[in-house]
Amino acid sequence: MATNTLPKAGPVTARRTTVFMKLLMALSGALFVFYVLVHMYGNLKIFGGIEPFDEYALHLRTLLTPILPFGGFLWLFRALLVIALVAHAWSAFYLWSRAKGARTTRYVAKEAARVTLRSKTMRWGGVALLAFLVWHLLQFSILKFNVGSGAVNGSEGRLVISSFQVWWVVLIYFIAMVALGMHLWHGVWSASQTLGWAVSPRARARAQATATVVALVVSVGFMLPPLAILFGIVKGN
Amino acid sequence: MNLTLKIWRQTGPSAKGAMHTYPVTDISEDMSFLEMLDVLNEQLNARGDEPIAFDSDCREGICGACGLMISGRAHGPEVTTTCQLHMRSFSDGEEITIEPWRADAFPVIKDLVVDRSSFDRIIQAGGFISANTGAAPEAHSVPVPKPAADRSFMAAACIGCGACVAACPNASAMLFMGAKITHLGELPQGQPERDARVVSMVSTHDHEGFGGCTNVGACSDACPKEIPLDVINQLNKDLRHALTHGH
Repeated sequence: MATNTLPKAGPVTARRTTVFMKLLMALSGALFVFYVLVHMYGNLKIFGGIEPFDEYALHLRTLLTPILPFGGFLWLFRALLVIALVAHAWSAFYLWSRAKGARTTRYVAKEAARVTLRSKTMRWGGVALLAFLVWHLLQFSILKFNVGSGAVNGSEGRLVISSFQVWWVVLIYFIAMVALGMHLWHGVWSASQTLGWAVSPRARARAQATATVVALVVSVGFMLPPLAILFGIVKGN
Repeated sequence: MNLTLKIWRQTGPSAKGAMHTYPVTDISEDMSFLEMLDVLNEQLNARGDEPIAFDSDCREGICGACGLMISGRAHGPEVTTTCQLHMRSFSDGEEITIEPWRADAFPVIKDLVVDRSSFDRIIQAGGFISANTGAAPEAHSVPVPKPAADRSFMAAACIGCGACVAACPNASAMLFMGAKITHLGELPQGQPERDARVVSMVSTHDHEGFGGCTNVGACSDACPKEIPLDVINQLNKDLRHALTHGH
């Protein structure tokens, strides 16, 4: 059968493909996985009391000094995270809009195939996480406002404890951590697939198991301090 | 068996389509799905109505011509092609929704028939090896390890039916392409053009308007030839290698 040939749009290079966009998303996502693991570990210091927690916050600022100025490493890492966030969100919205354009007439019958909830919620879950990120940064990093009634006196640890004594703050974080867990559950597996690390059935099972473990460790690890504070296990005195 | 069929009818590529309801009676459960549609078409013909257009060729599950979205599942409830699906997979009195593959890269020609020449153009872009014509070389002069031959053969089972695209929430053809990439990439003959192949095929795929893969796995579930998801992993890996080789 003779087929017509569509004219190509621009030069054919690997950088102009959707798979390259996926690679961009996978690599920026990998940085976030590393970051949330470290962040989660740091948060657990609240179980040692306010002093170790504040000390840890200070250590993040004195890391690599005197080669870098005070807070230098933290700002470099923040810059890296912002670049990764832009790459992650940009590739996500680009692929999202492409996917919408790839099927403009929808099916009448809803799919009954095995599609997991975690893969279905990747996009809107990601948007929800972005909104949560804005709230979280305003609360604990940019404005540092205290929604609770405890005294803060410029201490990060006291701000955390005062904030999580408020039930609705804990609820916001609980919902966000469920969203993060779901995002990581599909995201870690998806990134290993995109990076070409799941080429055999065994490697695939390993990637899926790793994704489950990372999702559980991060979401449970992050939820421990707020719950412990809400239920009065950690009082900070 | 008595069934109620809800079928997409569309008179032409630019015409507006709609779902129509057709009751069918006395259907044998030993009929194939397409034979059941043949029975309906004979009834429509006898009434002087336009029969329902659908694609089919070999009717033995090896050509990839047939393909219908049956109650929301590509090729219906079994792991097989539409022609090899039998009515015993349905129950008496069931309501069955029949739609064409939905993807903008597969435009509807008529009723349930879609134009899949975008697949042909992806193959033209790189789904081949270049070889001199003439006397065939001695097959044993190029050894192929057994696991590589097996994996290549597994991927070569793809019949290009388009069920992967139809089932994919992003209407992506990555499973189809991954099968071709793996099929040729596992063999010595596929090596000289390996980097150029993946870049060219993926570029054409994107240009045709297919979506990107989000590793959902609906494609592999729908595949009548049970092509595993790891061929997409192979595709991604090959593209990454091509990138590092300067393509």
